[in-house]
Amino acid sequence: MIKLENVGKTYPDGTVAVKNLSLEITKGEFCVFLGPSGCGKTTCMKMINRLIPLTSGKIYIDGVDITQQNPVDLRRDIGYAIQNIGLFPHLTVCENIGTVPMLKKWPKERRRKRAEELLALVGMEPKTYIDKYPSELSGGQQQRVGVARCLGADPPILLMDEPFGAIDPITRSRLQDEFLKIQGKLKKTIAFVTHDINEAIKMGDRIALMRKGTLVQYGEPSELLYSPENEFVQDFVGSDRVLKGMRLHKAKDVMQEPPLTIRSNDTPQNVRSIMEDNMQRWAITVDEDKHFLGWITHEDIVDTKSIKDIVIPPTVTASPNTPLNDALSLMLNSAIGTLAVVDDDEKLLGVLSFQIIRDVLGEQIENGDS
Amino acid sequence: MRFGKKGIFYTILIILVGLTIWMTVKGEVGIFKLAPASKVFSAIVRHLQIVVVAEVLAIIVGIPIGFLGTRHSFRFISPVLMGIANVGQTIPTLAFIGIAGALLGMGYNAAVIALFVYAILPIIRNTNAGISTINPAILEAAKGMGMSPMQVTARVEIPLAMPVIIAGIRTSTVLNVGTAAVAGMIGAGGLGELIVTGIAVRVTELIIQGAAPTAALAIILDALLNKARDAATPRGLEIRE
Repeated sequence: MIKLENVGKTYPDGTVAVKNLSLEITKGEFCVFLGPSGCGKTTCMKMINRLIPLTSGKIYIDGVDITQQNPVDLRRDIGYAIQNIGLFPHLTVCENIGTVPMLKKWPKERRRKRAEELLALVGMEPKTYIDKYPSELSGGQQQRVGVARCLGADPPILLMDEPFGAIDPITRSRLQDEFLKIQGKLKKTIAFVTHDINEAIKMGDRIALMRKGTLVQYGEPSELLYSPENEFVQDFVGSDRVLKGMRLHKAKDVMQEPPLTIRSNDTPQNVRSIMEDNMQRWAITVDEDKHFLGWITHEDIVDTKSIKDIVIPPTVTASPNTPLNDALSLMLNSAIGTLAVVDDDEKLLGVLSFQIIRDVLGEQIENGDS
Repeated sequence: MRFGKKGIFYTILIILVGLTIWMTVKGEVGIFKLAPASKVFSAIVRHLQIVVVAEVLAIIVGIPIGFLGTRHSFRFISPVLMGIANVGQTIPTLAFIGIAGALLGMGYNAAVIALFVYAILPIIRNTNAGISTINPAILEAAKGMGMSPMQVTARVEIPLAMPVIIAGIRTSTVLNVGTAAVAGMIGAGGLGELIVTGIAVRVTELIIQGAAPTAALAIILDALLNKARDAATPRGLEIRE
């Protein structure tokens, strides 16, 4: 989809921003350009839409050399979002989102409809916000509109330069999650620039780690974490790579069947004997449709008429896509040893425990080191 | 507060217009005949003519110059322009008109040229400032999304700089109403002629016939251009929390 071939950028004053860089981003892939400031990652991204002209090498999009295309037309087919957002203050949210569609001469009604769709996609109530001006929005909302705007004409490629950089950590994390969800649906080819290793690991399918204009390592996040090419990568990743690596695992990938599941319509006597047979002091309870209700303990069964009356409702649950690091902190925060994983309808899918998490991480380290 | 400002504006305007009418109706002071209504009226028209012609020329020439100064390839002349504009503004109007009269001869044309040069300075300065202070992220986004240079200018730079540009036009217009009065000294006609004559013959009433309408014109044009600036300010720029 996007292919950089021996790309270099030398400024007239002799500064080398990027040298001899080759990499390929396949269709639908989320590629993160990562590195300390001044490493050339932004330059690299801006060469893709010709905001910065390259001085050597070639860049191909779908096999076509970008220098053979009109830069204006090229850019209209590439979504562009930047850290400072750059929303047009004199235009409404609708007009901002409709910028590229307007440039592509879409009729007005279609532009408005598209803006409504995209606002809904980025989690903003279209009716409330479509006619507002950027100065009436909060920072997080402006970022959302910025993301919606870069999706305006449904471009197959997105270039994003620290699009979640200038907001508070809580909002940033929420926007990252939402954007990953959106990307799951849209499957855009993305070149994303950041200096934040955690963001890179969380968002990227592949990470291009750069240093002083050269590509140091290009691979999946787990490769960077567990098989760093050299000391620079190791230092950049940090000594807590095992903890960082937890992010790469989703609850659904590592969860296991609960040791014992009880149906809430079962009789207390029955449940009690099942628990004793299985030598379990506690069990997970679900209703007839496998909806997760909570936990029961053996002691509580003694004198009750119905299982439903003694179910202890859960304080927290994980969703299938919860990363392991979040799951672990949920468990630590609420002081529970087992975390239920449920889907959007509260149906029980499996459980996570400290033991399970430890096994997964142990495996990962062994694989990486071997 | 708004009402108060409006109230003051209309009170001053009524006093100025009232004074003019009073002096004109009075007709004569002793043996000296004051300017008749027709003369005052034609002086006002001439005055406006000088101001408007100079101003329109200044806008036509000044905005493109100020704009060019912000282009990458012309950036180097920007400090020069700013320097000329700032120094030019510090020259007193009287000296300016005097120089113009001496170099270009007496009369209407010399006055218009002098006013044009004087009016163009704030316009160049404000156009340049209005465009060069736009947040670079906005321009980068515009370019990155595929706007051609023309589109960036027409759809982003001009609308965003418009309030500042109009503020420059307002400043230069108001200044020029006063400067045009001084132009009466080099025989350009207009209200300045009444003032100059009034001073020469020491008739206060005649001076007022020239001075009061000049002041009235200045505050009327100022108010009109203020309205124009509000109208040209994009709605999104007004909203501030």
